[in-house]
Amino acid sequence: MSENSFKRFLSDAGDMTGFVLRFFRELFKPKQEWRELLRQCYYVGYNSLSLVGITAFIMGLVLTIQSRPTLVEFGAEAWLPKMISVSLVREIAPVITALICAGKVGSGIGAELGSMKVTEQIDAMDVSGTNPFKYLVVTRVMATTLMLPVLAVIADAIALYGGYLGANIKGVVSWELYWTQVFDALSYSDLLPAFIKTYFFGFAIGIVGCYKGFNSNKGTEGVGRSANTAVVVASLAVFLIDLIAVQIADLLGFT
Amino acid sequence: MESVISIQHLSKSFGNNEVLKDFKLEVFKGENVVVLGKSGSGKSVLIKCIIGLISPDQGSIHVLDQDVLHLDTDEMDLMRVKVGFLFQSNALYDSMSVRENLEFPLRRHGKDLSPDEMDKAVKEALESVGLAHTEYMMPAELSGGMKKRIAIARTLILKPEIILYDEPTTGLDPITGKEISELILEIQKVYKTSSVIISHDMHCVKIVANRIVMLIDGKCYADGTYEELEASDDERIKQFFD
Repeated sequence: MSENSFKRFLSDAGDMTGFVLRFFRELFKPKQEWRELLRQCYYVGYNSLSLVGITAFIMGLVLTIQSRPTLVEFGAEAWLPKMISVSLVREIAPVITALICAGKVGSGIGAELGSMKVTEQIDAMDVSGTNPFKYLVVTRVMATTLMLPVLAVIADAIALYGGYLGANIKGVVSWELYWTQVFDALSYSDLLPAFIKTYFFGFAIGIVGCYKGFNSNKGTEGVGRSANTAVVVASLAVFLIDLIAVQIADLLGFT
Repeated sequence: MESVISIQHLSKSFGNNEVLKDFKLEVFKGENVVVLGKSGSGKSVLIKCIIGLISPDQGSIHVLDQDVLHLDTDEMDLMRVKVGFLFQSNALYDSMSVRENLEFPLRRHGKDLSPDEMDKAVKEALESVGLAHTEYMMPAELSGGMKKRIAIARTLILKPEIILYDEPTTGLDPITGKEISELILEIQKVYKTSSVIISHDMHCVKIVANRIVMLIDGKCYADGTYEELEASDDERIKQFFD
């Protein structure tokens, strides 16, 4: 990394920290934008549901089909529902949901705010007496933070259903037996850390998308770059948060 | 005459580029002042300083007897109700219909309005720019001239005392440009507004200007009516009128 790149990285990190601190300052100021928050929750949640659902279903199905031969080799086929339920709920469903949202929602926010910035729409909002940070950033970040856990729980359920179908392609597992084994295998120490980390995933996706869009420049080229870097940085942030979350869960005994 | 905008010793730099140097401007009630200058001469920076979108390095700006540089957020919001701003790019909200674009400032500042009153205000603003039929259209469906008119309607909806126009005819064909210039003149008469118009389109300047201020080298280089400046022997002034 050259000296200039390092300086730019530090400057970006400083700006990003300032942006996050401003988010928390604005969050608790009066005049909440409830209507816009609900609209954004609808966009983030409902509009991502089909993509998250299809991906989760395929992940559940594929994971089961690919895990089965190895378990059969060790004579542990009966453990299939238990194994896939823990894998899906603890790790795969939350991370895949977050990555899909980083791609779909993060890039969308980056492009939308970037385009609003270069066409002076953010200035127009300011001039019409609306705090654009509160109206655009706070509502979007809150929407991603609140909706990602909901999407992840739905993804868990759909992925587990995909797992049930996968388990029945070559073997026979009854509906009751499958779900009994799934719920037997899962404990609060599996569900809780996985659920909590999705809030952080959602926050990271929203704040990165908004930061990149809100600070977009250089015209339409800048808009494209904002959308692109929003996805890259948000995806990286999801993996970093996952890594930290696993360590913290381990330290707290959620294993 | 009563002064509605008073700017004294205004300076603003971007890095080593000093765009405004000790700039002075007085705008009186009911007059249209055109700030004329070349592209990149700092005209847009000037009106963005007036509305508080850009902070100057030095100087003072008083709008309707309020010191713009020392207003808190709430006071600034109240001041902006009285000062409309027409952006060069129109800045219509892409994701909202024409009606929602017009309702947006009303919802922020006219919370006491009933749905019927809001409906009436939207229709009135659209009729004043001759585009009543576009109420439910999206900005992407409008032509350049229509977008400009809708942006003017959005500015008018709060019935401002002052309107700042940032290059209102840029990017429009000569006929539409003339229509927009005549609309600006009509707004001045009907709504009794005072205006600062940033432009380098001399056809527009001739129609709308009661007075012209020439911004050259970051300073107020000349100040006078269209006829006075047109008759000037100064080479730098004559360039604009030739």
